[in-house]
Amino acid sequence: MLAADDGARVIAGGQTLVPLMAMRLARPTRLIDIARIPGLAYIRDEGEHVAIGATTRQCVVESDAVVRAKLPLLAKVMPFVGHTATRARGTVGGSIVNGDGAAEIILVAVTLGATLVWRESGENNLLAAPDFFLGPMVTALPLTACLAEARFPVWHEKRVGVGFHEINARQSDFAFVSAAAQVALDGEARCTRAAIGIGAATAVPLRLDAVAEDLKGQRYDEGAVRKSLGAALDGIETMADLHASAAYRKRVAGTMAVRAIADAFANAARRP
Amino acid sequence: MKVELDINRERHTVDIEPRTSLLDCLRDKLLLTGAHAGCEHGVCGACTVLVDGAAVRSCLMFAVQADGYAITTIEGLAPGPGELSPLQDAFCETHGMQCGYCTPAMILAAHALLSKNTSPTREEIIEAISGNICRCTGYAQIVEAIALAAERMRGQNIKADQP
Repeated sequence: MLAADDGARVIAGGQTLVPLMAMRLARPTRLIDIARIPGLAYIRDEGEHVAIGATTRQCVVESDAVVRAKLPLLAKVMPFVGHTATRARGTVGGSIVNGDGAAEIILVAVTLGATLVWRESGENNLLAAPDFFLGPMVTALPLTACLAEARFPVWHEKRVGVGFHEINARQSDFAFVSAAAQVALDGEARCTRAAIGIGAATAVPLRLDAVAEDLKGQRYDEGAVRKSLGAALDGIETMADLHASAAYRKRVAGTMAVRAIADAFANAARRP
Repeated sequence: MKVELDINRERHTVDIEPRTSLLDCLRDKLLLTGAHAGCEHGVCGACTVLVDGAAVRSCLMFAVQADGYAITTIEGLAPGPGELSPLQDAFCETHGMQCGYCTPAMILAAHALLSKNTSPTREEIIEAISGNICRCTGYAQIVEAIALAAERMRGQNIKADQP
């Protein structure tokens, strides 16, 4: 059906697509509702990653025990995804394919390096999250394809901690800037692995690999973290709109990231 | 196309265009005008209804997608004609409304909260209604109303989802 009609769009929760339609920014000729396909809603622990089916509702992920245990960063951001009423209908896959640069699920996908699986003409295709998101509301997903699954990597270290901070006008509204951090610590509270990402500041979420690299082998030191973030953010171009200027976004991105990293270290240090 | 909907524990068959939102269907076809049209793009929350007990925006859902779910609107909350639910009572008592435009949706959002959580904290109440905009009250009396209703329902040992 998608191949036969290039104006056709897939709908699941409709919490992003229907507002776009209401504002006439999207005018699909046909909607194909996949929300009730039973095989597309699941959360499976597959060892190296947790696989989440495209139509899994956000409210299900929010309270899921596997996600809490294996994907603490995703569990941490879920209460910030829209509002209770939109999480009741909105899906994980819908958030991913719409590619809104301010979406928290996408920030986690980019930060952790999730793998996205889509189906096209009966075949599965895989792509790593940072390559999937091309621009604001633009992804690498072909128009004739349908996202099937998102695989979020599981960190098996004993002491894993996460942090997330965002700034917005009202609770759970679109973030002006967000930052996510996941760190693993050894017995001496030294970082063995880190993943840092910022969202909403740039067109698509940005993973700060240089900062993650700087953190390795280190204990938490705010001055060093600020210096490393400053260097990483120096070269990037942040967005400007009615709500926040580019300079504000850059400054706040640094602050949100410092707080997220501090929380992640503290969170990990509390684990035995 | 014809769709069969379960609304306020009654079956209704409606003849609608596939593009009709659940909100428009409720208001125009079934004359359940307690679901209010505000922004019509999912921001204000005035159109909130319950879908299988969960608060959902009816402007972001097509009526055809509601087939098979139990839909509850504000008209379905009162235990009987001329009576009010504990939440509705509490909103009257604490002056939890002024113009009333956001009120049905606020009450339904609160109803969804109290059916899962009988003793919510102030933060949980605020989180539950944070997707619903009120331009009159400043929210204080709304939060007060929900806390009062929760306290009374605990006292009477009744749950929000028992009509």
